[in-house]
Amino acid sequence: MAEYIEKGTWVEIHRIVLPAGQRASQVPGETQQVPLEMRVKGFLAERSSLGDEVEIVTSVGRRLRGMLTDVNPAYTHSFGSPVPELLMIGREVRTILGGTRGGG
Amino acid sequence: MTAALSYEAVLADRDAIMRASVGIDYQQYVTGVLAFDYERLLADTGYDIQRTQDVQSRTGVGNTPLIELHHITSLVRFLAAPGKGARIFVKDEAANPSGSFKDRRASLSVYEAKRRGYEGVVAATSGNYGAAVASQAAKAGMRCIVVQEAFDSQGIAQPEIAEKTRACEAYGAEVIRLSVGPELFYVFLCVLKETGYFNASLYTPYSIVGIETLGYELAGQVQEQTGRFPDLVIATHAGGGNVTGTARGLRKAGAVDTKVVAASVDLTGLHMASDRDFNRKSFTTGHTGFSMPFTTWPDRADVPRNAARPLRYIDRFVTVTQGEVFYMTQVLAELEGLERGPAGNTSLAAAFSMAQELDADQIVVIQETEYTGAGKHPLAQLNLAKQMGVEVRRGDPRDNKPGQRIVIPEHPSQIAVVDVDLEHVRRSYVRHALEAVHGEQPMSEIDLDFLAAETRSSRAYVKEAVNEWHRTT
Repeated sequence: MAEYIEKGTWVEIHRIVLPAGQRASQVPGETQQVPLEMRVKGFLAERSSLGDEVEIVTSVGRRLRGMLTDVNPAYTHSFGSPVPELLMIGREVRTILGGTRGGG
Repeated sequence: MTAALSYEAVLADRDAIMRASVGIDYQQYVTGVLAFDYERLLADTGYDIQRTQDVQSRTGVGNTPLIELHHITSLVRFLAAPGKGARIFVKDEAANPSGSFKDRRASLSVYEAKRRGYEGVVAATSGNYGAAVASQAAKAGMRCIVVQEAFDSQGIAQPEIAEKTRACEAYGAEVIRLSVGPELFYVFLCVLKETGYFNASLYTPYSIVGIETLGYELAGQVQEQTGRFPDLVIATHAGGGNVTGTARGLRKAGAVDTKVVAASVDLTGLHMASDRDFNRKSFTTGHTGFSMPFTTWPDRADVPRNAARPLRYIDRFVTVTQGEVFYMTQVLAELEGLERGPAGNTSLAAAFSMAQELDADQIVVIQETEYTGAGKHPLAQLNLAKQMGVEVRRGDPRDNKPGQRIVIPEHPSQIAVVDVDLEHVRRSYVRHALEAVHGEQPMSEIDLDFLAAETRSSRAYVKEAVNEWHRTT
């Protein structure tokens, strides 16, 4: 049984704007083969389930329709792990300048 | 409902949508087949430096610090010939309310939109400009919609753009995130048509006039701190607004002998409309994927006439590699205590190389920084690059291959700008201009003078270039 998501919940919808094969003529072949997709966040207008065609009210008050794909979507971008190729740069340039501040 | 209208119908309606959403009748500036009155287009905004500063200061935009990079200058002098190695300064534009110089561009647009009674503003941008418009709209009590190209067909978001999504949403904007492709313009037009909001394009006269204060301020600050105007001002170059507005501001401050350098990250070989290449680029702007097309033909923008016309102002156009910029980003943090970028660090890498050519009493200014954060950082970009199969290693930056290999220099002496041949760029501009009017009436003397101004050349040069085009087509 599908779980309901309550009206007013902050969600994301997804919609295909242009299907694969109907892209603008100037885009490269591999882009032609995939659809132009759209994702927008807003408040769910009616109680619904994931995968439903729903309406949302965006933060500026517009009503948009699309498939309900995410609930309270996370911001997942980060820094990630330290990159070894960058770790020695500071030490190297301090050494060039005289190594007086923890270089070498 | 966004994009409920057909692609063809919306594009056919493009001119009317643009006219209503920008509130400028561009037709009144047309003076020839190609020519238009550029200076009048800008003057008709009604904003001089003083009035622009008045508007910008209301929201805390501008008056950012100018910081001398003493240790980086020392490193330059270590590498340069005796007596060489200019002093390097940076204009810390990260101190603007939303963290970049883009607040200057957004401020006049949003102010004008409000003054003219629009309910909201729309911007098509994946970068800092979206956050700037959203921030200014928040302050003005206006609604804001930002349309971004944000993720590829695998659903992988470019981390820098993900951070911009977050920032725009933090300022209360609606963010429409799209997958890769220039049809973003279609969605943008739909939104303008549906909402009747103001088109806060990066390329309106307001957006360019808003940057003039940057060049104006920095000229005054350099003079105050050193007793002279800068010799070189380096601007990270993409759509051309940064270079155009900064150069105009420098001139208005009287710094007419200051050379203006446009610096871009070299992304040669990567296609801007490619779903595959999208996440194999480690820079979302300030790269040749924008700067080459926009320098050689500015009128490919989202307004009928682009107010950013970089070829009128560039004295030198250089590229640096992704690895060189990442290297200098790290040096800036560790030698100067400034964690900034990415955008301004393209100019920083160029400055590091070009300062070595100048005398020790000369002055180079990097005219912007931007805020750094999650996603907007070399770590985020290099981790994504590795995930996408791009090789990352230390070595000679000349071995850099966009989309395949990022080479972080092993030694600062390896950092060296590559000059873009401006003669080639000028020819390319003339070719694009002629293609744009192909089949129409012959050009007048006004058009030849316009092309000469556009390319900083002469009527004789333009005539010769036009003849060459006719010979070869």
